[in-house]
Amino acid sequence: MAAAGAVAAPLRPGRAWTAAYDIRLALPLAAFFLVFFLAPLALLVLVSFYADPGMTRFGLDQYARFLLDPFSLRVLGATLWLGVEVTALTLLLGLPLALLLTWAPGRLRGLLTLIVLLPLLTSVVVRTFAWIVILGRQGIVNAGLLALGLTDTPLKLLYTEGGLVLALAQVQMPLMVLPLVTALSRIDPNLADASAALGAGAWRTFLRVTLPLCLPGIVAGCLLTFAAAITAFITQSLIGGGQMLFMPMYLYQQASSLNNWPFAAAIAIVFLVAVLACVTLLNLVGRLSRGRAQA
Amino acid sequence: MSAGAGTPLILDGITQRYGSALAVDTVTLDIRGGELVALLGPSGCGKTTLLRAVAGFLKPTEGRVIIGGQAVDHLPPNRRTVGIVFQNYALFPHMSVADNVAYGLAARGVGRAEQKARVAEMLALVRLEHLAGRFPREMSGGQQQRVALARALAVRPSILLLDEPFAALDKNLRLDMQIEIKRIQRSAGTTTLIVTHDQEEALSMADRVAVLNAGRLEQFAPPTDVYDRPETLFVNTFVGTANVLHGRLATEPGGARVVALEAGGLLPAATTLPDGTRVAACLRPEHVAFAEDGPGAEGGTGGGLDGVVEIGLPLGATLVHEIRLDGGARLKTAEARAAGARPRPPGTRVRLRPTAPERVSVFPDPRH
Repeated sequence: MAAAGAVAAPLRPGRAWTAAYDIRLALPLAAFFLVFFLAPLALLVLVSFYADPGMTRFGLDQYARFLLDPFSLRVLGATLWLGVEVTALTLLLGLPLALLLTWAPGRLRGLLTLIVLLPLLTSVVVRTFAWIVILGRQGIVNAGLLALGLTDTPLKLLYTEGGLVLALAQVQMPLMVLPLVTALSRIDPNLADASAALGAGAWRTFLRVTLPLCLPGIVAGCLLTFAAAITAFITQSLIGGGQMLFMPMYLYQQASSLNNWPFAAAIAIVFLVAVLACVTLLNLVGRLSRGRAQA
Repeated sequence: MSAGAGTPLILDGITQRYGSALAVDTVTLDIRGGELVALLGPSGCGKTTLLRAVAGFLKPTEGRVIIGGQAVDHLPPNRRTVGIVFQNYALFPHMSVADNVAYGLAARGVGRAEQKARVAEMLALVRLEHLAGRFPREMSGGQQQRVALARALAVRPSILLLDEPFAALDKNLRLDMQIEIKRIQRSAGTTTLIVTHDQEEALSMADRVAVLNAGRLEQFAPPTDVYDRPETLFVNTFVGTANVLHGRLATEPGGARVVALEAGGLLPAATTLPDGTRVAACLRPEHVAFAEDGPGAEGGTGGGLDGVVEIGLPLGATLVHEIRLDGGARLKTAEARAAGARPRPPGTRVRLRPTAPERVSVFPDPRH
């Protein structure tokens, strides 16, 4: 119930359109959320409060273990930093792409949209293996560099953080580009013309008009990309390899290999809280910008 | 630069093609400094294309735009000194009124102190000093329009362009804003181009009106000339209302030139077109007189149209009749209504004639 309401309400604050519908229509969704989201979450919280792996007594031991352990904190930090890197790269590459998409004439626009959406139509596993082929020692990039004589020995691209950030950026690109395109296409094209007629060059128009007005789209895109990047278990594991450990894999090891369910649950809760904190912060920025940008 | 003389604007043979479609066909306009010119025409006549060409948003296929004696075709919009007010005003929604007005000044590198002074001056000009801190969404349409005007004028443009400026305003506000803009334009002395499809707006505001149809310039003249002496059939029917009657030119035995109407009857006509030409004769409703009221009531051969009153409407200050001519065509008349005067009852037989032969405009019939 609460979850369903929370999804509907922020869309149009101040407009009581929900009143026009029977609230009971939301019940199936509410029940779904209750059974498959809230109940497991409650269970997770409960398990995280067991003091020992055998789950015999309650205590804050698991949280203490995580928060006092430099290794665990490093994994958390590395995961959040990975999210920041991927989000930054995705924004850097996605914004020009979104601008191109918005300004492109009809046919080119359709083609670009297809290219942007294509990653969503293939499995994450397939896409990730494609990146292994591209980045590997005998991969396309290294073969090309060797052939051009730019390097004598193959570069190590796979199993590096740079390679992982690049692969994640490609995989998450639609999550950034689509909200950006939505925000950009909502901007009145006359505003750019008005800015130019007032004497502003292309950069001033972009920085003073286009960018502030698409800030809500930037925030939405960053939120989605960030959340997706830090939880991308498959890509993180396959591209990152064994050397880099991030929260999803850390959690998986504790639960699956070591059977330490309470500690795995605590990791999950800490991760959840950390991500929520980041998301709230971004959202706050978004709300401030939306308040200013609303036409 | 702006005050006093104003900057002349010349559109020299502007042609704009979109693929094979011809949006504007060699339009030439010579606009004097400080003049207010209206580009009038139905939608799709090319008037907005001309406006965008002056602003630099599009480069015409052919022709030149000359501002103050200098061809500006190679200059992008931000290097031309052209201010524009859009139909939807296009105010920056994330900036306050003062920031909107200051935008162009900042873009042109005007110092902060001077920006502030100019913004205050402009807001005073449009009488919005008290709303400097407001955001566009918190203002009415008329107020937004005045902000847009202040923003455009703040940079002292040599040319001011207004794109359908009153279309989004309700009727009462429209007249106020027309007067307001005319006042501001006069005091700033800025050469101004207004794009509009509303003939009343064009006739009431402009020093000269350029009537456009299907990309071609039909007439470029003062409003009264456009109305009284239309040069083409299109101008005659688009500006104001006109009865259009088809016929053939002839010369009476006495030497008077007439149009022998297809529907029967003769109309006097002052024209140099040769006899036998198929023509469309236009007669405005207010230039139709009832024969029994005026001279020649006894019914000479100088042209007269017989018919029957279909309906008469007392429209306050005017009296409007629709007459069915004996040949079948319909004719509208309009006359000033004297106090107590009532419309003629339906079925009344009447004889009509133009108030003067030169009130009948004759054009080659486009149907032939």
